[in-house]
Amino acid sequence: MRRALALLVALAGNAAPAAAQDSVPQPGGVRLTLRYDPGNRPSLVIVPGAGLDSVRAILKRDLDFSDRFETIVQPDGAAAGPAGPLNYALYRNFGAAFALELSQVGAQTTIRLHDVGGGKVLNTVEVRFADAGDAALRMQVHRASDDVVRWVTGTPGVATTRIAFVSGGRIMLMDFDGAAITALTPAGETALSPAWSPTGDRIAYTRLGEGRGPVLIRRLAGGAPQQVPGTESALNITPMFSPDGQFLAYAQAGEQGTNIQVANVSDMCCVQRLTAGRFADNLSPTYAPDGQRIAFVSTRAGPPQIYVMEANGTNAELLVPFDYGVTGSSNGPEWSPDGVSLAFHREVAGGPQIFVLDVAGRRLKQLSSSGRNEDPTWAPDGRHIAFVSDRTGQRQVWVIDIETGRVRAITTGGQARLPAWSRRLP
Amino acid sequence: MTRFTLLAVGAFAFVAACGGKKPAETPAPEPTPTMAPAAPAPAPAPAPAPAPNDDAAAAARMAAERTRALTADLTAMINFDFDRSDIMPGDKANLDRKAAILAANPATKIQVTGNADERGSAEYNLALGNRRALAAEQYLVGKGIDGGRIETASYGSERPVAQGQNEAAWAQNRNDQFTLTAGGANLVSPQ
Repeated sequence: MRRALALLVALAGNAAPAAAQDSVPQPGGVRLTLRYDPGNRPSLVIVPGAGLDSVRAILKRDLDFSDRFETIVQPDGAAAGPAGPLNYALYRNFGAAFALELSQVGAQTTIRLHDVGGGKVLNTVEVRFADAGDAALRMQVHRASDDVVRWVTGTPGVATTRIAFVSGGRIMLMDFDGAAITALTPAGETALSPAWSPTGDRIAYTRLGEGRGPVLIRRLAGGAPQQVPGTESALNITPMFSPDGQFLAYAQAGEQGTNIQVANVSDMCCVQRLTAGRFADNLSPTYAPDGQRIAFVSTRAGPPQIYVMEANGTNAELLVPFDYGVTGSSNGPEWSPDGVSLAFHREVAGGPQIFVLDVAGRRLKQLSSSGRNEDPTWAPDGRHIAFVSDRTGQRQVWVIDIETGRVRAITTGGQARLPAWSRRLP
Repeated sequence: MTRFTLLAVGAFAFVAACGGKKPAETPAPEPTPTMAPAAPAPAPAPAPAPAPNDDAAAAARMAAERTRALTADLTAMINFDFDRSDIMPGDKANLDRKAAILAANPATKIQVTGNADERGSAEYNLALGNRRALAAEQYLVGKGIDGGRIETASYGSERPVAQGQNEAAWAQNRNDQFTLTAGGANLVSPQ
């Protein structure tokens, strides 16, 4: 409660949204939490009202999955008057720090975020929502949810993102909450390793044929896939776009072993090989967000481990520390959107687990321990990671919030693997 | 004296036997390719085939049987230890046999496809499968086979031959699979 009050003081005293940072330990042992505390989730209630049921339902789940709020349900019979001003005293009694109110006039919906403690409206947005059942509705609600998160924390949420993954040999796409699943690639093909373009309009992937296959780029808007230069022969795997979207790095497995190449995918030309090693595999490139460096997997010292090189292939060096002969294989690296961290999976006691490396300090943190957990991919907020886990039986896509440790399965049917999280979509 | 005579007679008889067989042997393989396709052709005559065709049919059957056996040797899987791509000592005889058959049949070409068990990263397994295919190719090239006759490919862990999450299934799924891609119609045995 003290934390919630402190937060409200901060919001009331400063119109600018508070920065997301940890509470600051003071020399005297006093903790000052005058800023938004990422580990603390202020309570939020969505005010009941007539209509907009599907909007409210999506919004509630979005805000829950943002892991920024404790979403609370208003007790029955405690509804405030539909047209009157919000009964702040009532919501204060529920313990709500924030109240989200939706009101509809004609086709126009007004969303208001109330600061319950301060007894005032913090922010308002007006939306013309599509009809329930219209494919556009979910993304509209996601956008409103991201606005609410930004109003409180200064950083938008990640509801306006999608996650690509592989199921039944097809690249599938879903909203960040696991809903609205659609297939991108046709049945009857084996597709692997989806990678989003930075603008979110294209996906690169491997089409595995007779033990070989090209990297293809497919527009979400439709049309025939384009073959990436240099992938006409051999087996081409693990594509990853450069942050500016101009280049695509991938690994080619062939007569020369497995090596990383980069092609210009703006002009569809100009293949350059970045690694050379007849007897070592080099794969799974991932660009730092500044585009200057590429982390990748290499077997140059034995089992696969994670290295880094300049984007032109020079100055390769070990990135993630390991003890030769002791540390298990490490795979599936992905650089965080802020460049500070690198997520990957490493074999620990017979199964893979998710790790995050602090790139500057080279310190490691293990994020998972239950079941087999692999192939992490970052949300654009740098605090959520999607990964594959078999902790409840079949392989499914799960999401962890690093700040709070909250974990949830977002797929539930069939087998799902090799997830890739988009940037925020326009 | 008697002994010498017997030896001489025996030697003559041996030479005669060899000389007598040779002309009979040479034409035998010739009908094989021509008669073999004739056998499955629609034969409206319900009566048993006349005697001269029996030998040719038998030769065709033997050739088919030999090709089947040699193909089986040529396409027999080899297996690997977990996350390893070096040829296991127990599989060297298997690959030596393949090298001998490939040498005796210069028109043949093969594809080697490396596979991995489901453990480990799916993407890394594609590279591991490729490395396993290359290991077999390198071994065969080391035995004198032209590398241009051997194609390599990898399915990683995408095409397991055995289902199940146990060591028995995993051991089978860590393999190289071999397919004849050319020249496999009528194989001859290595000397």
